[in-house]
Amino acid sequence: MGTPSPFNGPGPDAEYRRQLTEGRFCVQRCRETGRYVFQPRVLSPFTGQPALDWVEVSGRGTVYSTTVVRRRPEQGGDYNVVLVDLDEGCRMMSRVEGPAPAEIRIGLKVRARIAMTKDDTPIIVFDPEPAT
Amino acid sequence: MSGIRGTASVVGVGLSTRWEAPGRTALELMAEAVHAALADAGLRLDQVDGLLTGTAMHFLPTLSVAEYLGIRPRFLDGTMIGGSSFVEHLIPAALALDAGLCDVALICYGSNQRTASGKLVSGSEPQPYEQPYEPRHPITGYALAAARHMHQYGTTRRQMAEVALAARRWAELNPEAFVRQPTSIEEILAARMVNDPISVRDCCLVTDGAGAVVMVRADRADDFPKPPAFLLGAAAATWHRQISAMPDLTVTAAAESGPRAFAMAEMSPQDIDVVQLYDAFTINTILFLEDLGFCRKGEGGAFVEDGAIAPGGRLPVNTNGGGLSCCHPGMYGIFPVIEAVRQLRGEAGERQIAETELALVHGNGGQLSSQVTAILGTAATL
Repeated sequence: MGTPSPFNGPGPDAEYRRQLTEGRFCVQRCRETGRYVFQPRVLSPFTGQPALDWVEVSGRGTVYSTTVVRRRPEQGGDYNVVLVDLDEGCRMMSRVEGPAPAEIRIGLKVRARIAMTKDDTPIIVFDPEPAT
Repeated sequence: MSGIRGTASVVGVGLSTRWEAPGRTALELMAEAVHAALADAGLRLDQVDGLLTGTAMHFLPTLSVAEYLGIRPRFLDGTMIGGSSFVEHLIPAALALDAGLCDVALICYGSNQRTASGKLVSGSEPQPYEQPYEPRHPITGYALAAARHMHQYGTTRRQMAEVALAARRWAELNPEAFVRQPTSIEEILAARMVNDPISVRDCCLVTDGAGAVVMVRADRADDFPKPPAFLLGAAAATWHRQISAMPDLTVTAAAESGPRAFAMAEMSPQDIDVVQLYDAFTINTILFLEDLGFCRKGEGGAFVEDGAIAPGGRLPVNTNGGGLSCCHPGMYGIFPVIEAVRQLRGEAGERQIAETELALVHGNGGQLSSQVTAILGTAATL
């Protein structure tokens, strides 16, 4: 069985979500440079080639920036939106669950977990890394 | 000489200053600005044969605008890169004029965002890798950038408030600005938080309104009633679309568009007399002053302290009051172009900067995503 064409069938966007549904947090890695890529793509932004391999990542990361989105209590109250740098070197938007939104600081070590949205779509959220 | 330096000039500008216009559509407001710009240039609508436009309300904006105005342009452009689009349009307009694809290029924009929605909202489709986390874009993206700048460089909320105060002090001098009442650092700092560290007073206004700009080839520039503003340099750059894809939240692609525009203009930041930056949020002004070379990276907060960019300061920035205090009808890019032209002509009234020969305009779009720098000058700078 040959390697499936990167241009055929369900694409990387669907594949990312399929893997999350199966409980795996996978990110693409550029075959030539070894650099990790997020969001999922057909072509490596580093080489322009359709040469990206799925790799299950550690889920460890660091908060790169954070904001508290202010919201009325009756609408659910304040929540946080963060950008997390994964240890593998790519960045994604997410939220940190657990601490009060204003307590989340840039530099906080976090670990990924798969959560479900209200409409049952799996997404990555983060918890603070337990103190060691 | 390189690129399109000095090949085209702005000979007409016009506004609709109906910043709150219940019962008026975006196209109706835009038509008023077009009428004003053509009158300013001494041209008729049927002489317009190049159209560059965009709106957030239409699927095919260039077609809707052409039909509404009743023109049949032979050159069309609808580049949509967010609020910077109307600064970017100077580039294809100059190219098309230079190539003889049109003789009179009209750049125009109108919006009734204030009356239609009243909120600072994005008309964008949801970004699939961001939307699940419910960012309140555009504000959330800029808040993340501000938080990072504060973390990395010690920039303070008070320094950001200095940007808002400077904008207001300019607006006090501009009878056309929407919000003109005097304010203070303390009042700005006490404003309601929206997305930490951004408060409502770090955010631009939400207004209605419109602007239009008329360009012709430079060799015809003397045939018009007002002194021409020559396009000396212009460059666009983009490094990302979503804020989560921005490589470094403290460095925008203005660090690329600025040097390219300066190189084309054969000028440097020290040569600039007046600066018009797209200040959708107070952090923008700080980021762009750094990235465009008016100060070093990380020093933008200190640069704006003590009224340095306010009337009487060391560098006049956003002399119309900017998006923070003059107007911000959804997308702001055409307004800094218009203010730059008025300053170069010496028709900016109480807020006029003496002996203005060279103006820098900088447009921003999306989530700090598109950056466009243009340098305009009087005949003396050619």
